[in-house]
Amino acid sequence: MLPFVIKRLVSLTLSLVAASLVIFFVIEVVPGDPASFMLGLNASPETVAALRDSLGLNASAPIRYWQWITGLLQGEFGISYTYKVPVRDLILDRIWISMPLAVYALILSTVIAFPVGVLAASRRNSPTDVSIMGVTQLGIAVPNFWFGMLLVLLFAVTLGWFSAGGFPGWEAGFFAGMKALTLPAVALALPQASILARVMRSSLLDTLGEDFVRTARAKGLTRRQALWRHALRNALIPVLTIIGLQFSFLLAGAIIIENVFFLPGLGRLVFQGITQRDLIVVKSVIFLLVFAVILVTFIVDITYAIADPRLRRARS
Amino acid sequence: MSDLHVEPSLRAGMVYAALRSPSFMIGLVLTLIFIAAALISFFWTPYDVTQLNIADKLQQPSAAHWFGTDAFGRDIFSMIMVGARVSIAVALVAVGIGIVVGVPLGLLAAARHGSLIDEIIMRTNDLVFAFPALLMAIMITAVFGPSAINAITAIGIFNIPVFARLARGAALSLWQRDYVLAARVAGKGRARISAEHILPNLANLLIVQGTIQFSLGILAEAGLAFFGLGTQPPLPSWGRMLSEAQTLIYIASYVAIFPGLAIVFTVLGLNLMGDGLRDIFDPKLRRAR
Repeated sequence: MLPFVIKRLVSLTLSLVAASLVIFFVIEVVPGDPASFMLGLNASPETVAALRDSLGLNASAPIRYWQWITGLLQGEFGISYTYKVPVRDLILDRIWISMPLAVYALILSTVIAFPVGVLAASRRNSPTDVSIMGVTQLGIAVPNFWFGMLLVLLFAVTLGWFSAGGFPGWEAGFFAGMKALTLPAVALALPQASILARVMRSSLLDTLGEDFVRTARAKGLTRRQALWRHALRNALIPVLTIIGLQFSFLLAGAIIIENVFFLPGLGRLVFQGITQRDLIVVKSVIFLLVFAVILVTFIVDITYAIADPRLRRARS
Repeated sequence: MSDLHVEPSLRAGMVYAALRSPSFMIGLVLTLIFIAAALISFFWTPYDVTQLNIADKLQQPSAAHWFGTDAFGRDIFSMIMVGARVSIAVALVAVGIGIVVGVPLGLLAAARHGSLIDEIIMRTNDLVFAFPALLMAIMITAVFGPSAINAITAIGIFNIPVFARLARGAALSLWQRDYVLAARVAGKGRARISAEHILPNLANLLIVQGTIQFSLGILAEAGLAFFGLGTQPPLPSWGRMLSEAQTLIYIASYVAIFPGLAIVFTVLGLNLMGDGLRDIFDPKLRRAR
């Protein structure tokens, strides 16, 4: 197990280094002079020079990269150009919206997909199965931001049950906060639930065809008993992997949904950073999100190897 | 398809299977509708999509304007037709980049299996794979400037590892076949074997994966355009139509409905077609039915 973990740790570190290099290259090297990019065309040369100075852009690219990375490691992300506050504070403020949103959506997606997938698999090729497969096919095709708009149309504009967007803050109470996150979480969860339900179904069907399930049936268990006692547990391994991977999709997908619902989370912060050309914010928040995605993938890999020892040998 | 090494009777069997596969046929019809809409839009649309007509703004769907008009009085049906052109072009070229760059890389890695070059290609692949594609595409288009070309590139880059991995995996198993051994004995080089014997046998897989990446490309383009990072005005695009509709849904909900339905049906069509093709190409799955 240890060599496997070390190997995955090395590849985790390499991924992070590569990601940080790509982000740094795209944001600080490609635009030529980041200072003039941030200030736009009408800025005077003096203003640009002053910004170059305050951002330390006169140093060479490798030195600036090194400073950025060492800063990140110490939790220093620099000062936002537009907000004039440390980027760290902006992130700490907003992460308490993006994180709960992703977790909420993940729970919703799992809670919906699990029974639906089991139902479809246990009634293979029945009208129930066929309609579930049809609906999930549709769910995969729906862009989450459009689904979000439809939810607003139905539940906010027409029925008035929810507000169309915004966030009251956790100070307003847990339930008020959760209520504001409900429509965005549903919008995020639907396509993921569709994918997950299909994975659950096919994984369960694969397992139901295995010898140990046949043995269980031969022992006298009913189809239902064999499914619940033997097949389900074994079918869960691939499903858990997908759930882990979906968490990263949800974090990254929140960037669009937060803008549909005007939620002041990390996604909206990146979007505002892009429109205001605040590269310092964009650089750090994107790296943070990429870091989260790569970290989750790593954790999933490790959990997977714990659950299924065959994988350790196959990969190490 | 003419270069596929398929017996005539087998090919007839495929056509028969295609006609009998409901998901393939539904998918094919949906896809053809949108390709037709895109092609027709080059010659004819009910109204000119660049013509602003404020007097006709936000008209409900009617006989004159089937899907209504937007805030500038433009005909939404016409905009969706032209938008199909944009979506299909962006996604198609992005898939093209993935195939043209990714497949040769995958074939090379397989032909030199276990060598340093294989290792380098696959590790680079893994790295690109680990990045959240949409996030990186947003960053790239934000810095390089919003345009259709940059959207294509940003989406296309993330198609490369998908095809490279697929091509390598399938090619590795094909290298074990007897006919490849025969070709090696006959003195053919690795490059020639890859081109003449491996690639034609990958065609089915590439077509299926290409369909899936095509639909993902359409979703990604819509997402970028929704952010204002895709095709720029005056050319309409489905994603930007939706972002413009966002402020209008209180007064005119249909403005948000039709472009979204266009995306859903196109993506659904491509996915159904991909599923159908996989069943048709894989005789094992066919027999199981």
